Amino acid sequence: MEKTLRPILIGKAEDLPQKLGKTVTIGRKEIAVFKLENGKIHAIENRCPHKGGVLAEGIVSGEFVYCPLHDWKISVLDGRVQAPDVGCVQSYPVEVRDGQVFIFLN
Amino acid sequence: MKKQKLVLVGNGMAGVRAVEEVLKINREKFEITIFGQEPYPNYNRIQLSTVLQGGTSVRDITLNEWKWYEDNQIRLYPGESVTAIDTENQLVYTDKGRIVSYDKLILATGSNPFMLPLPGADKEGVTAFRNIKDCEKMIEYSKKHKKAAVIGGGLLGLEAARGLLNLGMEVDVIHIHHYLMERQLDQTAGKLLQTELEKQGMRFLLQKNTAEILGKKQVTGLRFKDGTKIQTDLVVMAVGIKPNISLAIEAGIPVDRGIIVNDYLETDVPNIYAVGECAEHRGIAYGLVAPLYQQGQVLAKRLCSIEDEGYKGSVLSTQLKVSGVDVFSAGKINEAEHTKAFKVYDDYRGVYKKVLIEDGKISGAVLFGDTKDGNRLLSLIKRRSAIEEYLETDVSNGNEQSVVAAMADGELICGCNGVTKGAIVDAIRTKGLTTVDQVKGCTNASRSCGGCKSLVADLLQCTLGDQYQADRKEALCGCTDLSRDEILQEIREKGLTHIREVMNVLDWRTDGCSKCKPALNYYLGMIYPLNYNDEKEARYVNERMHANIQKDGTYSVVPRMYGGVTTADDLRKIADVADKYKVGLIKVTGGQRIDLLGVRKEDLPKMWADLDMPSGSAYAKGLRTVKTCVGENFCRFGTQDSIGMGIRLEKKFEGLNTPHKVKMAVSACPRNCAESGIKDVGVVGVDGAWEMYVGGNGGTHLRSADLLFKFKTGDELEEMISAFLQYYRETAHYLERTSGWVERLGLDHIREVLSNPNTVKELMMRMEEALSVVQEPWKKAIQDKTLLKDLYESLKLPVETK
Ligand code: SRM
Ligand SMILES: Cc1cc2nc3c(=O)[nH]c(=O)nc-3n(C[C@H](O)[C@H](O)[C@H](O)COP(=O)(O)OP(=O)(O)OC[C@H]3O[C@@H](n4cnc5c(N)ncnc54)[C@H](O)[C@@H]3O)c2cc1C
Ligand code: SF4
Ligand code: FES
Repeated sequence: MEKTLRPILIGKAEDLPQKLGKTVTIGRKEIAVFKLENGKIHAIENRCPHKGGVLAEGIVSGEFVYCPLHDWKISVLDGRVQAPDVGCVQSYPVEVRDGQVFIFLN
Repeated sequence: MKKQKLVLVGNGMAGVRAVEEVLKINREKFEITIFGQEPYPNYNRIQLSTVLQGGTSVRDITLNEWKWYEDNQIRLYPGESVTAIDTENQLVYTDKGRIVSYDKLILATGSNPFMLPLPGADKEGVTAFRNIKDCEKMIEYSKKHKKAAVIGGGLLGLEAARGLLNLGMEVDVIHIHHYLMERQLDQTAGKLLQTELEKQGMRFLLQKNTAEILGKKQVTGLRFKDGTKIQTDLVVMAVGIKPNISLAIEAGIPVDRGIIVNDYLETDVPNIYAVGECAEHRGIAYGLVAPLYQQGQVLAKRLCSIEDEGYKGSVLSTQLKVSGVDVFSAGKINEAEHTKAFKVYDDYRGVYKKVLIEDGKISGAVLFGDTKDGNRLLSLIKRRSAIEEYLETDVSNGNEQSVVAAMADGELICGCNGVTKGAIVDAIRTKGLTTVDQVKGCTNASRSCGGCKSLVADLLQCTLGDQYQADRKEALCGCTDLSRDEILQEIREKGLTHIREVMNVLDWRTDGCSKCKPALNYYLGMIYPLNYNDEKEARYVNERMHANIQKDGTYSVVPRMYGGVTTADDLRKIADVADKYKVGLIKVTGGQRIDLLGVRKEDLPKMWADLDMPSGSAYAKGLRTVKTCVGENFCRFGTQDSIGMGIRLEKKFEGLNTPHKVKMAVSACPRNCAESGIKDVGVVGVDGAWEMYVGGNGGTHLRSADLLFKFKTGDELEEMISAFLQYYRETAHYLERTSGWVERLGLDHIREVLSNPNTVKELMMRMEEALSVVQEPWKKAIQDKTLLKDLYESLKLPVETK
């Protein structure tokens, strides 16, 4: 099966709040978009693998977000849950072109 | 030289320690592979008891982080079991189809809990207590069920029972013997222990033999051989362990109870070793870490071809990890014909001590109520010292410090890891250590059961003198080695002004975490009330959004209702808003006000605007509610205007930031209908006076408040509450309720500080400063366009077009 990733424009980079998450719903898919302290933007699924916590509301530290419900630590780069918990959330490629932010979905 | 391949089966405490010892001796010799059935890095199994009792979380008991494996180039296969060994060709097979060859193979598969083969043992709600999964299962059960039964009144069973009590369950402990912990204690100590645990709320069924576990699919009860029954929703079996040797048996490695090893941990098959609970040495399979760690050292030397006299067996000591109960035992426990005993029984203080003597030499000891002497006795037993040596330096009645001071350098401080006083003092001196955590990092002392932490702290105090302050020892979190006090001092001295700056200047190891960021945000705000820019990004979601997040991502809205008093107009407004935004549920809270639940994030600001009432701060680390009773204007017993006082206090302190939430109550007579006895600050009106109680808590750890002062006038009362809260704000650790803080500082100390009129005046002034910048959070949010956009708006894009 061939998968093609399509860019979806979600707005301007400067409009995203820094060190916080933003909930972006595309169709029925809910995505948490983070602008980190270093300015980089990352996107992961907005559902914690533990009990479905909304990750966009978590505390962001470096490249990690702490789930607001029970404090699981999750990498916003690759969606990997950090030890001692285990699991993974979907991560989505992000690109910024001329200040416009695109998320790639398949 | 080409590296040899070392394969470890079992990513647990003994196996990984053996690998650590190997790395210490020679980092280059082996290419190491580890298989672990459990999907975690090596964690501290011992601390599962503490996790269950609520003292720490699963995430805090990791012993070797993933990074440790990476840094040491160890290939780890978590969640993967070795299923067979080909001893001829030196290969292991796994359940994921992997085949790996070895030059040296260590079996460290631990034990399996022994499950009594009772009818019904396969029902839902029957569990062991061995690993993280069991622990999580019990915690999960405690949320939905009330009754638990623990089968087995030994060490593990009692620790499980204490945990289940803490989780709010009713607990019956069933034990077959006629007193508890009969393998570690004599009857006197066993009975003392029972009395103490009964006081804590445990129930015991002794000399009971379980016949059947009752229930359909799910456990509902137990039936005993004598025909009696009890009801229960959860059964924890803690009747013992058996070495996990199935892998060895199939591979044809000789076993008895455990895998048989010689003094060098070698099995009968070349290049295969066994260590830990699965191994049997001279007829003994040990079930505590101290001997397993000694085995690990010997094994490492063997693997690295270093001469050693080998492992000769261990003298065991045990300590029960239940708060409020101190028991210790080591060596022989019960008197025999040829033994003599030195005994002290202090009924008044509840202290019992027995030292057994054989041929003038110390051969065992049992301590109850005061275990400071434990490790000292253990070393004496190991050395088979003469009883005189103990009696001459019996310092147990002196203070803690003189106990460690009087110890010889060779005496053990950490029983689990075999660390002596000399080794610790040496490390403190040569490596400049100043905290318990650092000592743990350098010497392993207190890394396992944690029982010797206070001795390590005493040693630091002894060695460093005034340089060391007892409450300086705990690091704020894993991101730094500095303690709260050290950080506050640095912030003040260096004039650090924001979180990033603190982390940079004080060499944080990370970009912060969910522990240190909110804490730093609070400390900075407390230190610079007028200038600090509160960092909303460092706030926990509830405090950032000014609403409590719910499990489904919606929020709740709780408007203020000062003193629990409302008006028809306000109720109408609440009702209208509830209709307009279709809230999921309207509920009266336990704090005398109304909660609107199930609100969508986007609706929060609009609802607040429509309500036009102040926030009840039901989410805040700050003042929550001030509960009141009806008081003198209505009640036939009332002696004071409790409603008036309650409203006055709530208006005064609303919006204040505190280390943890603060709850208050005002009752107008000692009948205490507002429950002042379990509040952070509880006020009780009596004829012509107000009593001020502090440090109460009605939550996880119930604590009744202590009477601090009594005042004639409401003004004096308000002033003292102001000074008290400010002192709490300045000296408490972030997330420490007043209950814990009062216990830590001591009521007498707090009373003394607040008895100095000048101190009180200064505290009050600083409180006024802090209150002067308080803003109503909901109004502030509604008026701030950026805040509205950043926090409350979500982006919605239409369905993707093809
Ligand atoms: C709404 C309310 C229950 C109710 O429906 O009545 C409530 C709800 C929550 N409480 Fe509570 N507590 C509520 C009264 C209490 C009380 C009773 C009281 O205040 O008189 C207590 C015991 C008294 C005490 O605190 O000393 C109480 C002890 C706790 C604790 C344990 C605190 C402790 O020190 O042990 C927590 C957990 C925490 O804060 O860490 C907690 C935490 C919570 C949280 C915020 C859980 C969370 O962190 O998300 C709950 C939010 C539920 C939600 O989905 O919105 N709640 N909670 C009550 C709100 C009162 C209010 O009007 O503000
Ligand atoms: C709740 C509790 C409290 C305790 N308190 C204390 C205490 O206060 N003091 C004390 O000294 N001791 C205490 N103990 C005992 C102590 O934890 C054990 O003695 C110690 O963990 C044993 O270490 P081990 O490496 O032999 O076994 P484990 O730590 O059990 O490690 C064995 C590991 O091997 C894995 N494994 C098994 N078979 C395979 C396979 N085929 N392939 C791959 N992996 C496999 C297992 O999943 C396990 O993770 C306590 C134990 C418990 C459960
Ligand atoms: S409201 Fe309080 S008591 Fe009820 S479940 Fe939530 S935290 Fe527990
Ligand atoms: S839902 Fe995310 S940690 Fe529990």
